[in-house]
Amino acid sequence: MTTLEENAGPVNDPNTDYNIFDPEFVRDPYPTMHEIRESKCPIAHSNRWGGSWFPTRYEDVVAIAQEHEIFTSRDIVVVPRAAPLEGAYAGVAAPPITSDPPDHHWHRRLILPVFAPQAVAKYEQSTRDLCNSLIDGFVNNGEADAATDYAQQIPVRVIATMLGVPVEMSDEFTSWVRGVLEIGLTDPKVRLENRINIITFFKQQLEDRKANPRENDLITDLLNSGDKYPVTDQYVLGVCNLMLVAGIDTTWSAIGSSLWHLAQHPEHRRQLRDNPDLWPMAVEELLRAYSPVTMARIVDRDIEFQGCPMKAGDRILMAFPAANRDPRQFERPDEVILDREHNRHVAFGSGIHRCAGSNLARLELRVALQVWLERIPEFSLTDPAGVTWAGGQVHGPRVCRVRF
Amino acid sequence: MRVRVDEASCQGQQMCSIAAPEVFGSDDLGHATVLITGDLPAELHAKARRAQANCPEDAIILEE
Repeated sequence: MTTLEENAGPVNDPNTDYNIFDPEFVRDPYPTMHEIRESKCPIAHSNRWGGSWFPTRYEDVVAIAQEHEIFTSRDIVVVPRAAPLEGAYAGVAAPPITSDPPDHHWHRRLILPVFAPQAVAKYEQSTRDLCNSLIDGFVNNGEADAATDYAQQIPVRVIATMLGVPVEMSDEFTSWVRGVLEIGLTDPKVRLENRINIITFFKQQLEDRKANPRENDLITDLLNSGDKYPVTDQYVLGVCNLMLVAGIDTTWSAIGSSLWHLAQHPEHRRQLRDNPDLWPMAVEELLRAYSPVTMARIVDRDIEFQGCPMKAGDRILMAFPAANRDPRQFERPDEVILDREHNRHVAFGSGIHRCAGSNLARLELRVALQVWLERIPEFSLTDPAGVTWAGGQVHGPRVCRVRF
Repeated sequence: MRVRVDEASCQGQQMCSIAAPEVFGSDDLGHATVLITGDLPAELHAKARRAQANCPEDAIILEE
């Protein structure tokens, strides 16, 4: 049950048969999420894609995220893996996102300082310069693809800079990440191929750093942390894998969705221009309304949760986008209210697996939108029906043409 | 009003420092710190309440 053909077919009842790769759900998942959330059974189940549970209420999603001993992170992808990594590639995961306690503690502790708000602030000016140079490339054309010409180009370069790997390889990195997280989710061969591409690349990078250690270099520093924690090559490879896979598609999707929104809401563009102090709150609201990421958890042991008979090994889809539009938690949840006062969103998850890169993602999203609005204050969708979306694990526009 | 952070619950969401940057900061791991340990000036009470309300981990404690 790992390909589109095997899982195709109309969905009659989303409560018992939802399909996260159904074209309509990929484009606009919110009506289905609402239907499930407001039904008698707000935690749906479907046998498609190897079977999964789908909690849609804020309270349930957060409770599951916080019960990490029962709802483990031994796999975090929304579909089962068709083929395990073998031989030289075996054992490379994506710590700390794929780690459970007790190792999770040091897996996470080692990378958190790199992503603290004061640590990521040093990337603000270079991100601003990058955004400006991208806009220089198309500002005189009167139109551009906000997704591929802009949003898609930003996080990959920021992450490559952080990892100390060649920024010129950005197109390759993007293609590998889409192979793992997007196209590969419904095509096991593509997924495996691109996981191997990523690991092969970082193995070479590790060998290079061992032969030629660098100053102020994340990979060198991680390799040299063995005095504090039992650091292995597998761990460092896993962290590099995570930063590339989790740091690119996700943030680019948030930037793309936000531009798609702003293209259709002149009043919000104006509000941001007139009230620059609003930016931090506005970023949180856009993250709430267009949360890009759905993670997964694996149930550790048979348990009844909110009346659902969950079995050891069952997959749960952590529908953060559904939780963030729950009317029990958010007033007028489908509306974007840039100065929303009460915004307890969980776009970055909750509990011990809170997105480690959240502060970097916020910075990139804010700077990308600020620079766009400075340079292109007025713009609209060229062809609203022509906007295409990716979904499943990461939701965001993939083609989003705008004119200005 | 005084504020505290429950360190065992804080996961570094940073929702508090976004809601009330005058009151909350970040340690080197990105977890919340309290910048004003004594009584909060009245003009910051509303922001501190918003910080508490917006924390998904329930890690902000207000003592009034």
